[in-house]
Amino acid sequence: MAKVRVATVWFSGCAGCHMSLLDIDETLIDLAGMIDLRNSPLTDLKVFPEDGVDVTLIEGAVANEEHLHLARTARAKSKIVIALGDCAVTGNVPAMRNGLDPDRMIEDIYGKPVTSNGALPYEGVPRLLTRVSPLAEVIPVDYFLHGCPPPAGLIAKAVLALVDGKTPELVGPDLKFG
Amino acid sequence: MEAMRVKIDGRSYDANPGKTILEVAEENGIKIPFLCHLKGLTDVGVCRVCIVDVRGQLVPACATVVTDGMEVLTSTDAVAAYRRSVVELLFAEGNHVCAFCVSNGGCELQDLACDVGMHSVRVPYAFPRNRVDASHPRFLVDRDRCVLCGRCVRACSEIEGAHTWDFAERGRAVRVITDLDVDWGKAATCTGCGKCVEVCPTGAIVRKGASNAEMRKKPEVVAGLVEGRSHG
Repeated sequence: MAKVRVATVWFSGCAGCHMSLLDIDETLIDLAGMIDLRNSPLTDLKVFPEDGVDVTLIEGAVANEEHLHLARTARAKSKIVIALGDCAVTGNVPAMRNGLDPDRMIEDIYGKPVTSNGALPYEGVPRLLTRVSPLAEVIPVDYFLHGCPPPAGLIAKAVLALVDGKTPELVGPDLKFG
Repeated sequence: MEAMRVKIDGRSYDANPGKTILEVAEENGIKIPFLCHLKGLTDVGVCRVCIVDVRGQLVPACATVVTDGMEVLTSTDAVAAYRRSVVELLFAEGNHVCAFCVSNGGCELQDLACDVGMHSVRVPYAFPRNRVDASHPRFLVDRDRCVLCGRCVRACSEIEGAHTWDFAERGRAVRVITDLDVDWGKAATCTGCGKCVEVCPTGAIVRKGASNAEMRKKPEVVAGLVEGRSHG
């Protein structure tokens, strides 16, 4: 059986969802035999595979221009897209800045207190979007894994179902935020 | 008084006159989700979470009194879809960041998302900017997490008799206020009884000092007080 091609992406989030993914313990060993892990913070492959993947898990909210671009690329090149965790599903903590002016935030956070040369991080880094968005406000999303982070068991259940060609059944306590 | 017959989801039940659909359903072990309803307080039917189908009409089960021969459907696909939309709108209009909330794990809204099968919110989030009032020495109100159920308003007025809490403004601008929109700490009518804290279904009105996921409330205190009064 051909291995299922999987990518994972990390937007504006704390990496806790990726930690939870690693926290599925020995299931990782089973999974390793079934999937081909492509682009991921875990593999440090920086470019989304041109030939596409079967499943992409996306952690984090869409907060800057690079996230927006990569979200669209991932959608175009993935059969199934999963919003992994509350930041991707709802915006969660990163979205708490919505309503504040991003330029003013950069001035306040990076400009005033510490920078010796007065340079603000505009060059070579993606611009912040005015509004942080949940993933589904930017691209169509197939499955939502709730939780901050989603429990390891929930991630395992969803990924194993998809690898098996089945629809993950996400009900009741699976839908608990936080 | 003559008992009536009410049909819920195709089965017939005896019901006493004056009971609401929600009460008759609960007596018979039929679960209808709700949010603004709280035993011991006047039902107002404002949150619309408990909507049911009565011959094609959607009505709030908590605020609709049964009639003889009434036919109620509690969980058709259409009712479930509307109910889910209602819960989505509640999430969309606030800033319900469950991960960092004192009521995480003890929140009726968080539980509702699970109960109604809310996978995601299909309308754009409003991300409003609301004011937190921490001027009271023991409690605080975080309006980002308020669902405008009005339990605090009713508990304060009907049970404590203080009527410190009320609503201000209209439409999307509606918010809960203390006295004539003064800081809670300066609200002269507040007795500091804390009933608003206990009945609030989310992390909107909470005790100070509670940390993330530490707040557990006792909304049933209201029913207990009402029960106590009836015994003089």
